[in-house]
Amino acid sequence: MIAAMASRGSSVLSFARQQPLGAISLLLILIMFFAGVFAERVAPYHPEVIDFTSILQGPSSAHWAGTDAFGRDILTRIIYGARTALLISLVSSLLGCTLGAILGASSAYFGGRIDYAIQRVVDILLSFPLIVLALVVVAIMGRTLVFGIDIGLIAAITIPIIPQVARVIRSSALSIRRMSYVEAARVAGYSNTRVIFRHMAPNLVAPYLVLLSVYMSQAILLEASLSFLGLGVSEPTPAWGLMLAGSATEFFAQAPWMVVFPGLAISLAVFAFNLLGDSLRDWLDPRFRT
Amino acid sequence: MLNYIAYRLLLTIPTLLGAAVITFFLLRVIPGDVVAVKLTGDGAIVSQAVIDAERARLGLDKALIYQFSDWMLGLLQFDMGRSMWTGRPVIVEISQRFWTTFQVALMSTAIGVLIAVPLGTLSALKRGGAIDYATRIFTMAGLSVPGFWVGMLILIWLLQSYGWQPPITTIPFISDPAGNLSQLIWPALAVGYRFSAVLARIIRSTVLEVLGEDYIRTARAKGLVPRIIIGRHALRNALLPAITVIGLEFAFLFGGLVVTEQVFNLNGLGKLFVQAVANRDFIMIQGMVMLFAVIYIFANLVVDLLYAVFDPRIRYGTAEA
Repeated sequence: MIAAMASRGSSVLSFARQQPLGAISLLLILIMFFAGVFAERVAPYHPEVIDFTSILQGPSSAHWAGTDAFGRDILTRIIYGARTALLISLVSSLLGCTLGAILGASSAYFGGRIDYAIQRVVDILLSFPLIVLALVVVAIMGRTLVFGIDIGLIAAITIPIIPQVARVIRSSALSIRRMSYVEAARVAGYSNTRVIFRHMAPNLVAPYLVLLSVYMSQAILLEASLSFLGLGVSEPTPAWGLMLAGSATEFFAQAPWMVVFPGLAISLAVFAFNLLGDSLRDWLDPRFRT
Repeated sequence: MLNYIAYRLLLTIPTLLGAAVITFFLLRVIPGDVVAVKLTGDGAIVSQAVIDAERARLGLDKALIYQFSDWMLGLLQFDMGRSMWTGRPVIVEISQRFWTTFQVALMSTAIGVLIAVPLGTLSALKRGGAIDYATRIFTMAGLSVPGFWVGMLILIWLLQSYGWQPPITTIPFISDPAGNLSQLIWPALAVGYRFSAVLARIIRSTVLEVLGEDYIRTARAKGLVPRIIIGRHALRNALLPAITVIGLEFAFLFGGLVVTEQVFNLNGLGKLFVQAVANRDFIMIQGMVMLFAVIYIFANLVVDLLYAVFDPRIRYGTAEA
């Protein structure tokens, strides 16, 4: 798979040429990242300053997406919300996919009883929907702030992802485990860690990248759901799920824009990462070409 | 067949026990419990003696292993303990809300299947055509939009065009079937859309796979009409994997309706679960987690048995048991 990547140049350009939809999704993601990172420059207003002179205003030239019940500009809060959503989702999907990949690869590498034990635990965790596992973790950790970052929320999104990734990576790793170069590395006396990370890992990069993109989208959905339930990000931090809760549910008859625009932001972000994952899969694995 | 079912039920015991051990001990790794939330949650100052008394009343002062065996012995008698928050039996709290969630899950599944089967089949048959393209957009969007947001949009639309607002309490089906259906159809639609997106993608790919099989070529070669080839040969085989997805997605809805129930103000299992999490009501949480596990395992079993019904090649109970 790596060889295939290299022979095709493995560059962004060749990806864009072969997967136009993937290129569009990548562009969307880049725009969101830039908007989030440079929110202070891009956003027209301050995200947390309350302005009682412009409460619940509809979309206008001053406020493109209208204002909320505190007179805050919704477009501004969506732009700052991109920072919150992408930061939390990136950290948790990176953590979840990496830990899951290590678990899955080790499970396949060691085999036998270790594999059996890990897979039974994974089986149990896979019998619950992501949101249920996330809520159980919230119940365990609560809000645990470390340097202003809610570790509890990160864990609540990370932990449900781990067994899902472990299962997929294990099946890819099982076939790599049987390759003669892995056997050769073992015979040469390299440590288990070295064989897993230096010899098996490079061949797991392709499925890892696809999973990373797919679980980025799931992380965004989970964060939005938890924040909506009041168990994730809390006011006044701008977050998409949070914008749909609270006053949005009270005033949605008079001010539907409070519901429409943040939801569109969530959908667009999830859509972009889903599409990127799909395109990456097609591009990296020629067997799935349609 | 009966042997097989008994064997499968026996196999669920280690899985359920594993789930019980994991939830029970994980919930208690980190200090801080329901007593703290309940008594000092609003910033009240309570003496240590009061806290200790409440902990003793809830049995939290006993060693973990005793708490665990108490819970296990109770589960064997269908006694899941009492909620640490309301003091009412967990089983009562659950059974009051079970049927609302069950009904929404069932209706969502029905809507999902009704949309996905024709859509997935058509897009596979007309691969690369306009229908296929439209289906791809429809399913991609379905996987991306949060179900609870679709629910909110439906509520806005209903309110602005019909002035309809969801009732504060859930109308029971038995006393008013029409009222009940007109209340629950909207959350079912919001959830069913996502369901149909997941399912249509699976059906499209399995139909495509089956269409490439030798027996389809044979059927074509001997001159069968396309309707029979598709209906009798392709669909029957392609829909088998779909049964798995339908069954497991249905089971997932019991815990997965959490956010949608909040939007439509339905007093179902999801709402109960969120309350339990917010209150750190561990007895309630572990009881509900076990319920979700049982539902999932049961759905899995039903799916396997359905396979035997639809696929005469599969006969359980001879080799396995």
